Parts: sequence; C-alpha cells; structure tokens
Amino acid sequence: MTYIPISPHERDEMLATVGVKSLDDLFTAIPAKHRFPKLNLPPAWTEMDALEELTNIANANENVHGDLISFLGAGMYHHYIPSVVDHMLRRGEFYTAYTPYQPEISQGTLQAVFEYQSLMAALTGMEVSNASHYDGATATAEAVNLAFAQYRGKRRKVVISPTVHPQYRAVIRTYTQGMDIQLVGDAADAELDSDPSDLLAHVDDNTCLVIVQYPDFFGRVYDYTKFIDDVHAKGALVCVVANPTALAMFKTPASMGADIVVGDGQPLGIPMWFGGPSVGFFTTRKQYVHKMAGRLVGETVDSKGQRSYVLTLTAREQHIKRERATSNICTNQGLIALGTAVYLSLLGKSGLRQVAELCYQKAHYAAKALSKINGYSLAHNEPFFHEFTLVCPKPVAEINAHLLEHGILGGYDLGQDYPSLANHMLVAVTEMNSKEEIDTLVEVLSEVDHG
Amino acid sequence: MNTPSNLKYAKSDEWFDPATGKVGISDYAQNQLSDIVFIEIFVEAGETVEAGKAIASVESVKASSEIYSPASGKVAAVNKDLANKPETINTDPFGDAWMIQLEGASAGDVMDAAAYEKHCEERAH
Repeated sequence: MTYIPISPHERDEMLATVGVKSLDDLFTAIPAKHRFPKLNLPPAWTEMDALEELTNIANANENVHGDLISFLGAGMYHHYIPSVVDHMLRRGEFYTAYTPYQPEISQGTLQAVFEYQSLMAALTGMEVSNASHYDGATATAEAVNLAFAQYRGKRRKVVISPTVHPQYRAVIRTYTQGMDIQLVGDAADAELDSDPSDLLAHVDDNTCLVIVQYPDFFGRVYDYTKFIDDVHAKGALVCVVANPTALAMFKTPASMGADIVVGDGQPLGIPMWFGGPSVGFFTTRKQYVHKMAGRLVGETVDSKGQRSYVLTLTAREQHIKRERATSNICTNQGLIALGTAVYLSLLGKSGLRQVAELCYQKAHYAAKALSKINGYSLAHNEPFFHEFTLVCPKPVAEINAHLLEHGILGGYDLGQDYPSLANHMLVAVTEMNSKEEIDTLVEVLSEVDHG
Repeated sequence: MNTPSNLKYAKSDEWFDPATGKVGISDYAQNQLSDIVFIEIFVEAGETVEAGKAIASVESVKASSEIYSPASGKVAAVNKDLANKPETINTDPFGDAWMIQLEGASAGDVMDAAAYEKHCEERAH
C-alpha cells in the first residue's frame, strides 16, 4: 500500500472548484516581485568543498563528549545513552513515518507509541498517558487547558509554584494569554525557601489547578501528599511536573494523589542537542482522559481477532473537535518518544533505578565537597535528587568563565531568573560525572576562591 | 429516518418534547455522528438554561459535537445513566437517550417534524 499523490486531472478539478484556471492563478495575491526573488548566493560548491566547510564549522563546537565536563542541568541533563537507542531511531520505518492515522500501514509506529504510553504510565504511576507533546513546558501548559476545560471555565485561577522551571512558567503564560485565566503564586518576590504548603494561601474556590515541580527547579524533593490533599479539599486539581529519572527512586506523584503528571522525557535517552528537540510526557487519571490534549494509542483486535493498535482517543484535536479544539498539538514527538521507550526498555526497572541512585550519590558527594570550599555553601537543607543550589562568593558568570578555561561547563546562573538569587549556581551531577571530574570542579573552584 | 410528530426540532438537530420538557438529539443527528462513545452533560438540576446554549457534548468515533438546548427553562432532571451507556443515543434517540428535562420551558427557534424532515433532506444534497 502506498500513498498516492493527486493526478493532474484531480488537480485541475480542485482548481476549477475554487474558481481558478491554473496553479499560478492561486498566487496572484502575492506581488510578482516577491514570488521568485533573486537570491544572493555564492557559486555552487563541490560536495567535497561543502563537506570540508561544514566539518570546520562543526569542529568549532565544544560538546560534552570529550571537550567539556558538564555540571549544567536546569531541565536538560547529560545522561548515558545506550547506542541501541540511536540505531532504532535511524531505522527508516520509524525515521520517516508520518502521523499514523492509517492503522493498516502503521502498526509498528502505533505499537511503539503504545509501549511508550505504557512505560510512562508505569513510571508516573498514573492511569493513562498520551502519545507525547513537544517538550515538558508545552505538556505543563496543556495541563492548564485540561483543568480549565474540566471546570468548563467556571474556575479561572491557576496557582503555580515559583519553583517550577521558569521557562515552563513562561510557556504557560504564552499559552493562556487571552483565555482570561489568572496565574498566581510565582510573583517575582515570591518566597523560594518556604514550604510548598504556603501556596495554599492562593488556592480558593476559583482555582482549577495548582502546579508544583518534583524535584523542584532547585532540585529539592518534597512529599506533596498532604499538600495535594489540602488542594483537593478546595476542589482544585494538582499537576506535578516531574523529572522521570527521579521517579525511579522516589515515591510516584500518583501515590501522592496527583491528578496530572507531566514532564520532559529528555533525561530518558535523548541527547541534549543544543536544547532540543525533546519530548513532553503527559499522564493523568482515566476520568480526565476526554479533556486531555494530544492523542492516545490503544490496543484492540482486528476483524480476524489479531492484536492490533489504533489511534483511539483524539478528543481534543482539530480533526475531531474542529474549531472547538483546545489544543492545536496534532503532532506529537513520535520519534523522540520512541527513543525514550527504547531507553526505558533497555535499562529496565532496576537499570533506571541504578541510574537514579548514581545521580543521587554523586550529586551528594559533590554537594558535600563543594560546600566545604571557603566562601561556598549550600543554599538549602531539604533533601535533593541530583541538582542543588550552591551559594558562591562572586557572580556566577565570572566563575563559569573561569571554569570554562579549565574545560568545565559550570552550573546554571539562578540570578538570571530569580533576582534574589544573584551569586547562586544550580549544579547538576549525573551518572556521567566521574569522581575525578567532581574533584576537578572542587579543585578549580578552590583556586577561584584563592584567586 | 424517524421523526416523531409530537416533538419540536431545532436546526442544530436537538428535539424538545413540549409535553414532558425532555430534550435529546434526533435520529438524523445520531445517524450522522455514527457510533457515539462519550457524552458529557454540562448542566445540573436546578440550573436555568437558555435556548441555544450548549448543554452537553457528545463524541463519536469521528467527531465531537456540542448539544444546544432547543428550549429555555429550569433543569428539572439530568439523565445521568446516559454517561455509562452513550450508545443508547444511537439505539433509542427519542426514548432512553433523553438528556435533560426542563420545567416551565418555552421552546426557542424550533420547527415541527415535517419542516425538520425537509431541513434534513435539503442538507443531504
């Protein structure tokens, strides 16, 4: 079975229907001088010349595979990726596959998405997962759409913890502009050291959703069980933005009572790739499935009773909901979602747990050693996973410039997003950081102190 | 196509029974939507609805549609059983698949069965 393009005859029929004679007539609204502008391009190169030039440009990049030691996280993490992941992604059947609306020719892709959904549901503890979103930020914004739709616009307030990723909060604001939704809780002067329960002061009977992060943007791990109970008592839903690696080690958001669990799947076998593409996971409880954006693949049987897979629920999407669609995401990150599924299936339950424990142990070793340097200290005492806030004696930009000279990519400068956290560095440590690397960081920072 | 003559019909395919105050969707509508797999009724008993206002949403395997009230009045009852058996809308649109029941209702912009049948026929072409 192949996809068949239109014939010249069919094209002419379509043109006649819209009332034009030729394809050119369709574009008369565009001034002729803009239709085929002369491009200012250099003469054509040979393939050899082009390859040499591109190789030179590529070699100018410094990356974490041999050039730099990285302690940079803040939402995107350097983890080991088994080579099988890339080999699977490059298979033509997956690499070039388009939206699998036709189950007859898309069984492989559909099954892969089904496996991805099952794995994400297992990891978060939730009942259903959709086929994915662009990234963690868009998935979180879609959680707002779900909650808003669930209360049919009768509750118009969303409470966001100031310790949710700053970029996620920005994306939520972009998504919800014009929806007449009140976003509160993360004002510039919001208290960052307080207990999550302080957010309850913002929750009232006009609140449809409360969003918290787990571990939070500063890496801290809280048990939200009591908090979620208290929010539910006020009738609102709770969305937990989670790091999937941490879920292998800590209590699941589902067991704490979360209604929606979202996050970025990048830590699960996806390279950092200059910041993208990534994959956003979205999981929820069965009762909210009709309000969930995106699509869901289900398992069924065909007319011969054989196991098969179909796009089973696409309730909020354009082709079903038409102009009333609450989400215009009709493209999920199928290929990247497949990558996370391959990663998770390779590592298995105990392998992922091992990764999480390595991250945890190494980060704690680093935190202890760094906090002993003269002038440096840890900002928080709460339990943390693989990221922590280091208070520095001088601006983080200065320290990072110095670290870079030693081949080290320093931590995230928190002063960029939180004015009160100037001289605060968010340090991420994963299983990729050896003890020697951590010791080197400590050594170089000790020099900075003396210098 | 079944079009009981004792009912009134809205252009948007809902029926209204002036005798009982019940509201549902027509046989024509259920047939067009195909297999209905989900219904959510937005309004609750005690609320006042206005003709033309969305009261429910139904989803079939190929589309999702809003259901608009063909009459104004106070909601006396909501058919809660329908959520568990949305397929009833396909099998018994004028009977067990009523969606809400209004009291003291006044019909909005509705037509009689003959006019509605003509309306449906015209759309078929």
